[in-house]
Amino acid sequence: MNDFSSALGNAFELVTRLDPQLFEIVGLSLEISLSAVLIAAIIGLPMGAALALSNFPGRRAAVIVLNALMGLPPVVVGLVIYLLLSRAGPLGPLGLLFTPTAMVIAQAVLVTPIVAALARQTVADLHEEYDEHLRAIGSGPLQRMLTLLWDGRFRLLTAILAGFGRAIAEVGAVLIVGGNILHSTRVMTTTIALETSKGNLGLALGLGIILVLMALTVNAAAMLLGDAAHRRLG
Amino acid sequence: MQLIDALVKPNKTDIAASDKTGAPTKVNPLLPAAVTDVSYAIDGCTLIDAVSCRLDGPGRTVVLGPNGAGKSVLLRLCHGLLSPSAGSIRWGGASPAETMQRRGMVFQRPVLLRRSVAANVAHVLKIKGLPRARCPALVKAALAQSGLTALAHRQARTLSGGEQQRLAIARAWLLEPHVVLLDEPTANLDPGATRAVEDLIVNLGAAGTKIIMTTHDIAQARRLADEVMFLHHGRLLEHRPAVEFFAGPDDANAAGFIAGQLIT
Amino acid sequence: MRMTSRHRARSWLLAAAWVAATLPAMASAESITVASTTSTENSGLFEYLLPIFAQETGIEVKVVAVGTGQAIRLAQNGDADVLFVHHRPSEDAFVAEGNGVKRYGVMYNDFVIVGPASDPAGISGSTDAAGSFGKIAATESPFASRGDDSGTHKKELGLWRAAGVDPSAANQSWYRETGSGMGATLNTASGMNAYALSDRATWIRFGNKGELEILAAGDPALFNPYGVILVNPEKHPHVNAAAGQTFIDWLVSEHGQTLIGAYRIDGQPAFYPDADSGDAADQQ
Repeated sequence: MNDFSSALGNAFELVTRLDPQLFEIVGLSLEISLSAVLIAAIIGLPMGAALALSNFPGRRAAVIVLNALMGLPPVVVGLVIYLLLSRAGPLGPLGLLFTPTAMVIAQAVLVTPIVAALARQTVADLHEEYDEHLRAIGSGPLQRMLTLLWDGRFRLLTAILAGFGRAIAEVGAVLIVGGNILHSTRVMTTTIALETSKGNLGLALGLGIILVLMALTVNAAAMLLGDAAHRRLG
Repeated sequence: MQLIDALVKPNKTDIAASDKTGAPTKVNPLLPAAVTDVSYAIDGCTLIDAVSCRLDGPGRTVVLGPNGAGKSVLLRLCHGLLSPSAGSIRWGGASPAETMQRRGMVFQRPVLLRRSVAANVAHVLKIKGLPRARCPALVKAALAQSGLTALAHRQARTLSGGEQQRLAIARAWLLEPHVVLLDEPTANLDPGATRAVEDLIVNLGAAGTKIIMTTHDIAQARRLADEVMFLHHGRLLEHRPAVEFFAGPDDANAAGFIAGQLIT
Repeated sequence: MRMTSRHRARSWLLAAAWVAATLPAMASAESITVASTTSTENSGLFEYLLPIFAQETGIEVKVVAVGTGQAIRLAQNGDADVLFVHHRPSEDAFVAEGNGVKRYGVMYNDFVIVGPASDPAGISGSTDAAGSFGKIAATESPFASRGDDSGTHKKELGLWRAAGVDPSAANQSWYRETGSGMGATLNTASGMNAYALSDRATWIRFGNKGELEILAAGDPALFNPYGVILVNPEKHPHVNAAAGQTFIDWLVSEHGQTLIGAYRIDGQPAFYPDADSGDAADQQ
């Protein structure tokens, strides 16, 4: 109980004191996770839509695999990317290990299946509804995909927010590929892990509260943006 | 020339009729349409049984019959949304798929996008590749024609059934197609909305578009039909001018139907 | 109002530019990567030393803190420029195998045996490490081990051997291997009221001691020397050898040694500068 009360005190103090290191860590967390989600959206939305609209042998197997990939263990993803990016590995010469870029890559790998799988389901549902009409007005396959993606935009936004939640909250992958280096690759979750390992449980919990508030803020912003767009664009 | 022709590439079977001075006359390139021995079966069940007919314009053709007669299936076959198991359909010599772009189709339950009324209309123009500059004017005109101008910025799905159907017709009519197919367009509407939709259909036809419409409502057929095709169990039992048909059909089933009996 | 295609293209360009901007450009300041251990990191030494080093030399030191075993593997792969750990046999092997240039001694401190104030094994005040371990085994008191191939873990295993005990044999339910860093292991020990072996610096700084305190210390066997090695640039040409050597020279210089000796945790010294004994083989 002592830790919980000191946690709230810690969180409050860190924020009101405008602790510069806190803002550095929060900023890096947001930058990395938002970048990863952007990449995941660019790759995952068309991928999911294409999978929903296509018909090829093995399609059902592909859908099963995609859904299963939503549960990729972050620490395993981190390990695989570490082995790829290590100097001893195939992508070593790129020198990306222990950089924020490696962390973006790791999180993008984790988030893309989520966005793609949820996009696939959304587009498949809309496809059932719209297909006859879209064929009747003579739309081509690409036009059909874009129409369905746009009409499913609110559900897809939820999918993207789910991806963001996964990215901002994970620690296993970014710890391995980032190295938790002070001022360089230290983010909220790895800091919480570090402070916990130093026994500073109150501080760790305080940071955890801030992390949850961060996620709340992003979600609220997305919802407000969505509402504004809804009103303007209809 | 219809707007649709400006957007759709002409195919070789088009006949650009002209009089001696070289100016094109108002000939419908999709007509006459020939349905030849068309059958459609699915899962061992025959829904359309060797239907043959010839459709020519202008005017409104009503496909009449009880529920389950196969009217919707026939319409979809004609438009190219389904492929016949046997037989062929030709619009002015070309296949349904080749000429789909020159027809509009209105379904019993309108499929509306999750967008505003105006955006739904504009979407069709976008699909057809119309240059952006021309869209707003066309959308405005289409909405005005259907009496939906006041609702332009409402979410399409919040409209009443009748308003939605008028939107669907506005969408189908937008590019001045040569033919419009309507599948039981007022089946779910109240009398007021039905009236508004029927008025719209009449205006459509008056502008030169060939109307082919299905219904099970005898009264509606009496109001709107210039020509009646009577369908029962997937077979075409009668195909005559409306005046003759309602005066006294030859087929016993047809007679029973318009007398208000339940024919099985 | 819909976006025009030009507007849309601009948005995509902006998004792409943003992604590109988040990818770190080549560091404008020079930097080196040091593979070190969680115990050293948790002691806070780097947070104290590195800003001073950066200010004096302009070189940014990035520390990746993992277990000793993992740190050595990182250095072997060439993912770090400098190795800074505390297990002499491993360090010597690292140099012997050609992965490192030369081992320099930097500092030492000691390990301590911590445990519950109630001290069920009765080792309080002892200066005999192996003997204390023997008593813990005999009384089957709970013990939290690192279990992660770290310097601390290897030291701990050596002490069990000296005590003639094999804690992992049979089902020793009192011996708990956490497979974690020093801090996480101490958290577990604190939660279970168990004994544990810790380096003194991490212990002093640890914030969740619970009922644990230092019970045994001072045995020469608990001596804990730290060494620093430059990763061999002949094996890994991309290694920033010049900056790495600058760092090493700075650590063992009189200036660096004084700074290390001056580092305090809660008013107590954490590390003792030890640069001269670099090549002496008589430490364990």
